Amino acid sequence: MTDLPTPIVSIEAVTKTFGATVALKDVDFQCFPGEVHAILGENGAGKSTLMKTISGVIRPTSGVLRAGGTPVTFKGPGDALRAGFVCMYQELSLVPDLSVQENLLLGAPGSRLGRLDRSPLATARDLLDRIDGQDIRLGAKVSDLTLAECQQVEIVKALIRKPKLLILDEATSALNASVVEKVFDLIRAQRDEGVAVLFISHRFHEIEALADRISVFRNGQRVETFPNGAHDYAAIIDMMVGQRIDELFPAKRSLPQDAKTVLDVADFAWQPEVKPTSFTVKAGQIVGLGGLDGQGQSRLLQGLFGLLRGTEGTLRINGAPIPTTGPKAAKQANIGLAYIPEDRKADGLIQDQSIMENLDLAAMGRADLAAGDVALYAGSLDRLELKHGGLDLPVSSLSGGNQQKVVLAKWLALAPKVLLLADPTRGIDVKTKTQIYTLLRELADAGTAILLLSTDYEELIHLCDETHIFYDGAVTRSLSGDDLSAQNIIAASLNIPSDGGVAHA
Amino acid sequence: MMTLTRPLPSWINLEALLPYIGTLLLILGASTAFPQVLSLDYLTQQLQIAAFLGVLATGATIVILLGHIDLSVPWTLNGAAIVATAMAGSGNAALIALAIPAAILFGAAVGAVNGLGVTILRIPSMVWTLAINSILLGLAVLNTGGFNPRGESSALMSWLATGSIAGLPVSFLFWMAVSLALALVMTRSGFGRYLRSIGYNEKAVYLSGVSTRSVVVGAFVIAGVCSALGGVLLAGYANQAYQSMGDPFLLPTIAAVVIGGTSILGGCGGLFGTIGGVLFITILNSVLSVAQISDAWRSIIFGAIILAMLLFQTLRRGGRT
Amino acid sequence: MRDFFSAYRRELIASGVLVVLLSVYLGTHPRGASTYVLTIWANQCVILGLVAIAQFFAVIVRGIDLSVGAVMALTNTLASHLLDGSAVAIGLGIVAVLVAGVLCGLLNGALVVFGRIQPIVVTLATASIFVGIALILRPTPGGAVNYDLADAITLDLFGVPTALVIVAVLVFAFWLPFRRTGLGLGLYAVGSSAQGAFQSGMPVTTIRLAAFSLAGLFGAIAGLFYTFVTTTGDAGIAPNFTLNSIAAVVLGGVLLRGGTGSLIGALIGAFILKTIAALMFFSGIPSLAQPLFEGMILAVAIAIGGADILRARNRLEAFGR
Repeated sequence: MTDLPTPIVSIEAVTKTFGATVALKDVDFQCFPGEVHAILGENGAGKSTLMKTISGVIRPTSGVLRAGGTPVTFKGPGDALRAGFVCMYQELSLVPDLSVQENLLLGAPGSRLGRLDRSPLATARDLLDRIDGQDIRLGAKVSDLTLAECQQVEIVKALIRKPKLLILDEATSALNASVVEKVFDLIRAQRDEGVAVLFISHRFHEIEALADRISVFRNGQRVETFPNGAHDYAAIIDMMVGQRIDELFPAKRSLPQDAKTVLDVADFAWQPEVKPTSFTVKAGQIVGLGGLDGQGQSRLLQGLFGLLRGTEGTLRINGAPIPTTGPKAAKQANIGLAYIPEDRKADGLIQDQSIMENLDLAAMGRADLAAGDVALYAGSLDRLELKHGGLDLPVSSLSGGNQQKVVLAKWLALAPKVLLLADPTRGIDVKTKTQIYTLLRELADAGTAILLLSTDYEELIHLCDETHIFYDGAVTRSLSGDDLSAQNIIAASLNIPSDGGVAHA
Repeated sequence: MMTLTRPLPSWINLEALLPYIGTLLLILGASTAFPQVLSLDYLTQQLQIAAFLGVLATGATIVILLGHIDLSVPWTLNGAAIVATAMAGSGNAALIALAIPAAILFGAAVGAVNGLGVTILRIPSMVWTLAINSILLGLAVLNTGGFNPRGESSALMSWLATGSIAGLPVSFLFWMAVSLALALVMTRSGFGRYLRSIGYNEKAVYLSGVSTRSVVVGAFVIAGVCSALGGVLLAGYANQAYQSMGDPFLLPTIAAVVIGGTSILGGCGGLFGTIGGVLFITILNSVLSVAQISDAWRSIIFGAIILAMLLFQTLRRGGRT
Repeated sequence: MRDFFSAYRRELIASGVLVVLLSVYLGTHPRGASTYVLTIWANQCVILGLVAIAQFFAVIVRGIDLSVGAVMALTNTLASHLLDGSAVAIGLGIVAVLVAGVLCGLLNGALVVFGRIQPIVVTLATASIFVGIALILRPTPGGAVNYDLADAITLDLFGVPTALVIVAVLVFAFWLPFRRTGLGLGLYAVGSSAQGAFQSGMPVTTIRLAAFSLAGLFGAIAGLFYTFVTTTGDAGIAPNFTLNSIAAVVLGGVLLRGGTGSLIGALIGAFILKTIAALMFFSGIPSLAQPLFEGMILAVAIAIGGADILRARNRLEAFGR
């Protein structure tokens, strides 16, 4: 990379705002042919916005985008595709009701609305086979595929468009290690043919294995770009977070001997997705649930909250058996469950309604609470330092982090005995994260049982007292104390022994 | 609906005021060519007629706020009218007294069936209520032999539809009373809150621990009762029930609700706007007929004006989709 | 093969039902399976089939078209003026009728896409306009059509009803090739996931416009065919056909949420509805009970379609994607 050729894509002084939120702030960035350029940053750092700008999904508020040196304005992804910029999206671009082959052909260059050119299908079959997708039939409906299979299809869909620039946004998050390795082989082959690759991943070892250069983003700005290997893991994390990890998390406390069990889950199952699972959460404890996506951990949380029919096993809170009949029963004072759903935008909040109307929605069904009284929420809102211009403003005017604070305050008003959280800090800025961590620790100290599903290893390690790792519907390992390390979590997630295989992780 | 410390209650906004302004402009505009439009007689008569559409639109608003639609209005109305007139015309004092309650019960039952199909089987309300409508039609045909049903309206029904108190039509007062009662339910109970919230995002409401099913069924029951009351009024007005008496009311009902600022997708809007929408549509129809415009042109102008109002609404909301 | 069965499960079930119904019909018909009986049956089925196809194109992109019946009425009345005289005049007349339909559809599409008004409301309003125009064209039913042409299209070809030949041509020469174009694929993609289609580089706006234009085109073809069958123009046919078109697509396995179903399914749904009606006529069920039976069959068919949800083990599935 010494004598730099013309960049395939370059952006100059690009800013993108969504309402009050600044997603990208005056960013300069270049990507050259024949390099794999990794983008690192926390959720909410602006990585996905950058990718969407380059792939034409969103238009920058200001700044210039150049393709091969010429300034371009993409009216949509179609324009970007014609410029050779192909993106594999985090939230997949597959259409659920169509078959795999129809999805592969959708929007393929050369046959936009006219007769479909079916010739890429042979290549697609070959590529699928090369990344362990032999079992994916081209005629199968996409809605019948697993998330991992969808990602394999999405990768192939991107490759058969013969990209000049290939953007992979969390392209491999649901794939297991051996498939990932095969995908990387394909990507390296593309790079060697002169394709530029932009690569976003949360798995640091993947970036180490694949990237030529790395750019780190934080709070919508590019912090630094450097060759792979120039900085060690800890330094990069510091760059991403802007502060040291141990400052993020509240100190763990040792559990008193006589801590009583609040939540007792015994042989809880929802066949075949959740196999019989038993664990307890004691007062003062934060228990983590980890593993790759879709291994049963999020179903378990849903089942505990009564969202699943036909669950087996027993669930006790403070010793009393609890029926799992649905959210309405679960939130009553005699049970005291609260559930923070994974998709806060769609499932946790009603975006069109005001902050106050969102806050009181859970408390309204509780006869013992005065849902209309702001005092009910003021405590949690103060502790979380919710910034807002008035409780009667729509909740959609808040940033992602502040929205999550509203969801938390809404449920904390019910003073739950057990708090079930599904990845509550995904896509949230660091400051809010620390506030949430502190709050969770305080709640635990006050005797609330906390069950935290997380896709963030750091949370599982530094916030949780004990972490259960799921694989294929069952807990493969329960980690606590010194065993609670990244290596052990990764090994258990992939269901391989922790003393080998992923040493470079 | 939040009523914190605002100068105006939040249900009065431009969206809801638009049809009132439109009504006013219509009346003033028409009065330049047809001065009789400004007469008290004419206007009170419009209020009397508006009440029929008004009661129906009140129920439709509740269901549309929820993000659903009730296409069974015509034959719920017709069925209730047949029930009421049959009982009122029986000559038996007890049955005559029970005519209106029986009609209401009929409407509630239809509403419950609508609601249960929509909530338990999760059939789109547009299809399910359409099917229920055709079943009701079938029942009516079977019951009446395809002829106009026998029977007559009771004295109470006629009074409700045609009487007047202190110069104001009873039907109008009745419509206002129904609207007010529902408005109170909407603002003073959790039901109204849940209704709107479900209209925006049912899943989030369910996950907040609300039995969304009972809210939805309740809303359809209310709509069924409103359709039945509309049938009672119309039967009282015509002194009889007749085949297909409800058919001309379906589309104006939906149009009145939408023009009143209630989103067909659910969530935003309310009864205040619907009253304006009903007045607007009633006056529009009446002015076109006073002007002796042919049916064909009335239909065209009617459609064009509704489109214009809707376009104005979306323009005002700006880029929001 | 297994992909074929799972992809076309709904169509296969519906066609099974149709085969049974048709056999019973032909078996019980006093004149048996003669060309005459089949031709009359096919003409009725194909009229509704074409309207159902129009509805299908709106529904597949997650829309709905409440103006299909009105477009049909408009084109029917227009055709009743233009389909007589020299061959050239008739040819131009047919083109004019089809163009009128496409323009109606395009207007709907433009209001939905650029006016950002919900399809259900847009088409409710435009239906009023189209019916108005139809009333201007034909205040009362009437008109003249070239009888030779009408006979050619509505009788039979070598013993096979021409209407069925038209359907076969439609399916094999239009639909199957169309399904293999980017536009054919794009309709499904937009209805199933507009976001996914957009990110795949599909021109979503153009596709929506095309869908509504196709709905208009098929509304016009339906109007044209109706003209040949009845040889008159009638502005009053709109409401019935609109409602039946929705029932037909739902019976044919087209989901109102968009993205699922096919033109063939819409046709089968229409054929089922009309065959039931024809069957009733000879079934010995008292004629007064027939509307009730039709309604109940419709409701049961729809309810069976919704019964899947009762087996859902995740309560959140009720809220859809």
